[in-house]
Amino acid sequence: MKQNIIGALCALAVMGGASAQSPKKPVAKPSTKAAAAPAAEEKDAATLEFEKFRAEMEESNPAELFEMKGQEQWKAKRGPKNVSLAESCDLGQGVGKVEGAYVKMPRYFADADAVMDAERRIVWCMVEKQGFKFDDIAKQPFANETFTPDITNLVTYVATHSRNMKIAVPLDDPKVRDAYEVGKEIAAYRAGPYDFSCNTCHGTDGKRIRMQNLPNLSTPAGAIKGVQGWPGYRMTGGVMLTHQWRMGDCFRQQRFPQPKYASDAVAYLLTYMIGTANGQVYKGPGIKR
Amino acid sequence: MADPMKIRAQLKGDVAEIRVLMSHAMETGQRKDAAGATVPAHFIQSMTIDVGGKRVVDGQVGGSVSRNPVFGFKMKGAKAGDKVVVSWIDNKGEKRTDEAAVA
Repeated sequence: MKQNIIGALCALAVMGGASAQSPKKPVAKPSTKAAAAPAAEEKDAATLEFEKFRAEMEESNPAELFEMKGQEQWKAKRGPKNVSLAESCDLGQGVGKVEGAYVKMPRYFADADAVMDAERRIVWCMVEKQGFKFDDIAKQPFANETFTPDITNLVTYVATHSRNMKIAVPLDDPKVRDAYEVGKEIAAYRAGPYDFSCNTCHGTDGKRIRMQNLPNLSTPAGAIKGVQGWPGYRMTGGVMLTHQWRMGDCFRQQRFPQPKYASDAVAYLLTYMIGTANGQVYKGPGIKR
Repeated sequence: MADPMKIRAQLKGDVAEIRVLMSHAMETGQRKDAAGATVPAHFIQSMTIDVGGKRVVDGQVGGSVSRNPVFGFKMKGAKAGDKVVVSWIDNKGEKRTDEAAVA
């Protein structure tokens, strides 16, 4: 019996995002796919291989490491006021309740008199309840290769507790509806040196950048693709990033100035995007190449 | 101190699947930072796995392995409830040990 244990041990399989490794390569989809409309998606061998790899990675998503840290930080007494978020922060489901909170945001919070997405709400709690300084959080709000801010861990933790739940942004709330409409306007706002709007890339079906298909965010099927997988672990660099970060990255690609962290604009844009994806199932923190 | 690992050990038939997620920077020592200075090497050098008090993996890990690596193993002969103890040591002598039970 004991010899079995040693004898039958299989070789070790290393998976991950090291730059030297090949599993990332299938990402570049061959051009055969591009000509066809993305609706009739023909999956070539490389795409299938990549999907297999991603399914494998999703089973052991390093996002879990950040979630573990986020859980600790959610429950720990922290900040100048020495209170925990678990005993003070209401994400809309009651103080300290995280179950299903992520898929029901953005929503309107009367105490803050603002429509807030999950990240903005947690930042608000950290400032108002725990006494952290907003400017300190906003100084470096997103992760890089050597640093992951607490807020990213916390968002990942909260998002995990909405895994496999339906997205239900309360659009019948007039304040949320207003935010949705403003977000829609922002998505359509053309500016910058390229005269781009969000909709230039994400407003119609069948668009792509290089071989990357771009979801049409004005449809529920497209919007869910833009919601799914955030917050996400990006294998390139091994960095955990949030949906707020992704909004800023689109602004960057449009050659817009960066939106203010945890601002109305980003919350409204997210309300439009996540609200459009209402009714579809959120799979929890994801993994990105 | 190093961050905890995430260990999952699941029995499927007579084969136990062990998955270990480690939190580590895994710097190769070849990268340069924004200022052009070399980022010092910092990676896990060796790891061991004990299942039910018996060493089943004693392996070496190098700088080519990704940040926050995932390791997967399959083994026969494990029983539900067996303790799985995973340890690693990196090139700076930092170490970490975590455990889980086969489920």
